[in-house]
Amino acid sequence: MSATPRVVVVGASAAGLATVEALRRKGHDGPVTVVGAEPYPPYDRPPLSKQVLAGSWPPERTRLRTAEVLEGLGAEWVLGDPATGLDPLSRTVATASGRAVGGDAVVVATGARPRTLPGQEPLTGVHVLRTLDEAAALRADLLDRGGNGRGRLVVVGEGVLGAEAAATACGLGVDTALVGPQRVPMEAQLGPLVGGLLAELHRGEGVRLRLGAAVSGLADDGGGRVRGVLLDTGEELPADTVLVAVGARPETDWLEGSGLEVSDGLVCDAHCRAAEGVYAVGDVSRWYHEGLGRSVRLENRTNAVEQAGAVAAAVLGDERPYVPVPYLWTDQFGAKIQIHGLPSASAEAEVVEGSPEDGRFVVRFRRGSRTEGVLGWNMPKQARQWRREVAEAFAAPSPVGGSPVAG
Amino acid sequence: MNITVDEDKCCGAGQCVLITPEVFDQRDEDGIVVLLDAAPGEEHHDAVRESAQVCPAAAITVDEDA
Ligand SMILES: Cc1cc2nc3c(=O)[nH]c(=O)nc-3n(C[C@H](O)[C@H](O)[C@H](O)COP(=O)(O)OP(=O)(O)OC[C@H]3O[C@@H](n4cnc5c(N)ncnc54)[C@H](O)[C@@H]3O)c2cc1C
Ligand code: SF4
Repeated sequence: MSATPRVVVVGASAAGLATVEALRRKGHDGPVTVVGAEPYPPYDRPPLSKQVLAGSWPPERTRLRTAEVLEGLGAEWVLGDPATGLDPLSRTVATASGRAVGGDAVVVATGARPRTLPGQEPLTGVHVLRTLDEAAALRADLLDRGGNGRGRLVVVGEGVLGAEAAATACGLGVDTALVGPQRVPMEAQLGPLVGGLLAELHRGEGVRLRLGAAVSGLADDGGGRVRGVLLDTGEELPADTVLVAVGARPETDWLEGSGLEVSDGLVCDAHCRAAEGVYAVGDVSRWYHEGLGRSVRLENRTNAVEQAGAVAAAVLGDERPYVPVPYLWTDQFGAKIQIHGLPSASAEAEVVEGSPEDGRFVVRFRRGSRTEGVLGWNMPKQARQWRREVAEAFAAPSPVGGSPVAG
Repeated sequence: MNITVDEDKCCGAGQCVLITPEVFDQRDEDGIVVLLDAAPGEEHHDAVRESAQVCPAAAITVDEDA
């Protein structure tokens, strides 16, 4: 590969932008083209279910960089023109408008798209939440329906996005119900201790929890608008507006026919490389985490930037395994929650600092002597200090021979 | 170089503190960023730029010309 490879980045959001910035930071001054499906310059998604849905930020505030800063990166931005195919051998990306953009390296940063329920598409009043436009549509619907005093929102999905959006909507004064098959919010990710505390928090603030029941479908009011959410118990929960937050699917459809291996994400090696000169970063990337000894795919904001650093280094020939300690945060009512590592429901969870009664604490998740995660609840700084234990568990095995690797 | 932080955007991630502890800290009570030095010396500039770029909340702004 040439010293200043031509780089094509597909996806113009957090991970795509961070890749361009990391390339420039590392001294790359060759041509970079960014191909993005959305018409907007890079913006941030975490505020969509927080400040934007709440209305405390105007949507423009989610812009990740000012026009001048973007300009200063000296990249070519091809926006509103989704990539439709990739030829990994010639490293050429085809776009919907008929462009063919070739490079020495292609970085796939196409993120993920929301999963939907069967029968969801044709109904009005049913939303997903991933983009600025979707956040605006959901907010408008909530305000519109709320105005006539009968706005009832049902959020389907008790994972992080569903729980957070339910909290924000409830904070707006919307009559909000949260439904899903787990017994408490985020139980599958965080286990019964923290899930139970989240349930208490939501209930105390007025969210109606209808958990432990799977959703079997949506009911039509006869005029093409949603009327309710059907549970597998046969019950129908009345709804004027529904938010479906049942997880996301990596955006890899456009790679069909490329010959690249796709399996819940674009499959990469320890250096985030899918094929010679082809890399994946952010929500779309499934790579081999050497510290964990298995492949993982992360959907969080911090990974988008950290992995971009690793990919930019690899593009420039500096290959090291990417072995991050995952980090995720969520704001729900007054609780600011930080999660370092990858806690799991079956880990042994223990409050190690503060106390739930005071609304400030740190929980450590352990499996044997290994700390797989820590969670801070209104204790971000303290949680970061406990992160050290997690970092040990996520470190790559030291190379045989034992001499430290130059950093 | 002149640094400003937007406390309102900061989510308390602490990425900035991990990268440039000489310039950034977090408040004990809520983890919000504390700017220790708004005009740090040359030797910290690269690390500060990296902190601003990796901050997951885009809460750090660096004015290079100031
Ligand atoms: C509502 C919401 C709240 C969140 N809150 C948090 C939080 O509190 N904390 C946290 O850590 N994480 C949070 N996340 C997750 C975080 O936003 C993501 O991990 C992050 O956006 C991933 O960045 P990405 O660039 O990999 O993917 P994305 O942000 O999904 O960007 C991918 C981009 O690629 C584009 N694209 C897709 N297909 C194509 C194509 N064929 N051609 C060209 N472009 C294409 C898309 O349009 C999109 O702009 C949240 C996500 C959402 C949706
Ligand atoms: S990295 Fe950004 S969000 Fe995190 S503490 Fe620093 S300023 Fe705040």
